[in-house]
Amino acid sequence: MAFLELVGLTKTFGATVGVEAVDLAVERGEFVSLLGPSGCGKTTTLRMIAGFEQPTAGRILVGGEDITARRPNQRNIGMVFQAYALFPNMTVADNIGFGLKVARRPAAEIRARVSELLALIKLEEMGDRYPHQLSGGQQQRVALARALAIRPQLLLLDEPLSALDAKIRLSLRNEIRAIQRQLGITTLYVTHDQEEALSLSDRVVVMNRGRIEQVGSPFEIYNFPHSHFVASFVGTLNILPAEVVDPDAGIVRAAGQRIAAAPGLPGIAAGDRVMLALRPELLTLNRSEGMDNHLEGEVETIAFLGSIVRIQVRVQDALIALDEFNNPNLDLPAIGDSVAFGFPREACLILDGSG
Amino acid sequence: MPSRRVLGDWLGVVPFFLFAVAFIFWPAMALFVGAFRDAQGGFTLANIVALFQPFILDAYWLTIRVSLVTAVGGGIFGFLVAYAAILGGLPRGVRTALTTFSGVASNFAGIPLAFAFIATLGRVGMVTVLLRDVFGLNIYDRGFNLYSFWGLSLTYMYFQFPLMVLIISPALDGLRREWREAASNLGASNVQYWRYVALPILLPSLLGTMILLFGNAFGAYATAYGLTGGSLNLIPILIGQQVRGDVLHNPGLGYALALGMVVVMAVSIAAFSWLQSRTSRWIRRGA
Repeated sequence: MAFLELVGLTKTFGATVGVEAVDLAVERGEFVSLLGPSGCGKTTTLRMIAGFEQPTAGRILVGGEDITARRPNQRNIGMVFQAYALFPNMTVADNIGFGLKVARRPAAEIRARVSELLALIKLEEMGDRYPHQLSGGQQQRVALARALAIRPQLLLLDEPLSALDAKIRLSLRNEIRAIQRQLGITTLYVTHDQEEALSLSDRVVVMNRGRIEQVGSPFEIYNFPHSHFVASFVGTLNILPAEVVDPDAGIVRAAGQRIAAAPGLPGIAAGDRVMLALRPELLTLNRSEGMDNHLEGEVETIAFLGSIVRIQVRVQDALIALDEFNNPNLDLPAIGDSVAFGFPREACLILDGSG
Repeated sequence: MPSRRVLGDWLGVVPFFLFAVAFIFWPAMALFVGAFRDAQGGFTLANIVALFQPFILDAYWLTIRVSLVTAVGGGIFGFLVAYAAILGGLPRGVRTALTTFSGVASNFAGIPLAFAFIATLGRVGMVTVLLRDVFGLNIYDRGFNLYSFWGLSLTYMYFQFPLMVLIISPALDGLRREWREAASNLGASNVQYWRYVALPILLPSLLGTMILLFGNAFGAYATAYGLTGGSLNLIPILIGQQVRGDVLHNPGLGYALALGMVVVMAVSIAAFSWLQSRTSRWIRRGA
């Protein structure tokens, strides 16, 4: 039996459906991210688990126990908020010890637990400081320690890194994952940042319009999206309208070219409209050996994105992005040059043509 | 031209400084000097010594009690009303109506307020008569008297609590929802949240507002005079008697009484500052 189970979880706000019939099972010790755009229902789902929103329908089970009707202070679930939510009138140590204090634990136990957690978040020297004397990253680490102090059965993180700058975000997300692994605590993490979700999680739940679109490992979500939405939301994708030419041979026509898109397209008839999706990093510039497909076009833009260079090539009506790893010896074309690029059929994803 | 720009910046606040000099510093200096002058203009300590007469000390004590009772009473009541309107889940319109009422009521003092209370809660006031004739309850037989300490305090409360509502509302707005949720998430009850988080955060604002209410009541003259006609021995009324009275005319004593009020307020503000420094160590300084 899963440790956390959401069964038909639904939340409506008047006529608006915030979360619709969400079913999810999370194993003990698992790190699961809820990923989706703003308003997709991920935070509402998290808030229902924490008890801050009452579901319109459905049940929440933790360790086999139905906690749907329990008040937030009776759930033993730790939560880290986007804007830290540290109590400004308390020192770092008092913030971390707050949950134990209201539970009337002995002072010596509180002191020991606070020291242990300050060491865990590497802020041993800052117990006497007030929140406003800390940086954003330090405040969020204190918020994490405060949530962990009560030894919660479940840890919820609501976009905890979104208020931080890029560098801190990267280091703190690694720290969060390391702490989660060290403690083995079941964790549900809400984010709209696909990179964060893919890099942190054991599994990713992609949500859209209050519903779950797909649940899977980061590898599955990225490489085998089930829907047009997941494909376009996770990673950068070239999506071209295509017409099936030979379903048995997996041939489609897109951007005026015949493209070998798959070994076969079962369940699809010749003439059907589909979407051909291509990951930019799987398209190779000026190389034809080992490639099933070749396209030609004119370079329209070149953008340096740090470790990669993104080249956009106009192929008839379609603008196709190609990613090349950046290196000092990279032989880049100029804007306006005619170029050819190739890709194997494994690089193609065929999605429902309805979009 | 930096010097011309600096001059331009200061020009805008000249009216404020003129106002402050004319209506705060000049009168303060005048009453300080006047408190140590006799009728002939010579130096004397007699006015200061006169402050220690029992009836004057009683007047100070009574004024302090009225101010304390109405600052604390009005403060608590105003806080509860503001809490209900802002955090109590009432419709937005209630808050708008309350703010409008508070803006008017906090400035509704003096003779009109005294008359309004006499017309409603006086011996033949509308509410008094209504209670007597409809419900058979004669509040004056039960010990209520509008012209007493508690009657005056009740009247002062009419302008004290709306002032509290106006000043504490932004502070209540500043209580972030996440603090309550975080506290609850960590196992705190509603009482524990208020005890450990919300009240300590609000305390500097509450103390600041209470001292303002205290000062507001401490200096009130027209309401007390209009209501009690001088039967209650309050310091502002005593000052009025000394400055413009025909029988008790003694401006020097009036200045000394006013100087005494300044001292009481200074002590109150010092006590407040001490309390505030103890309750607001967590507030960002110099940010």
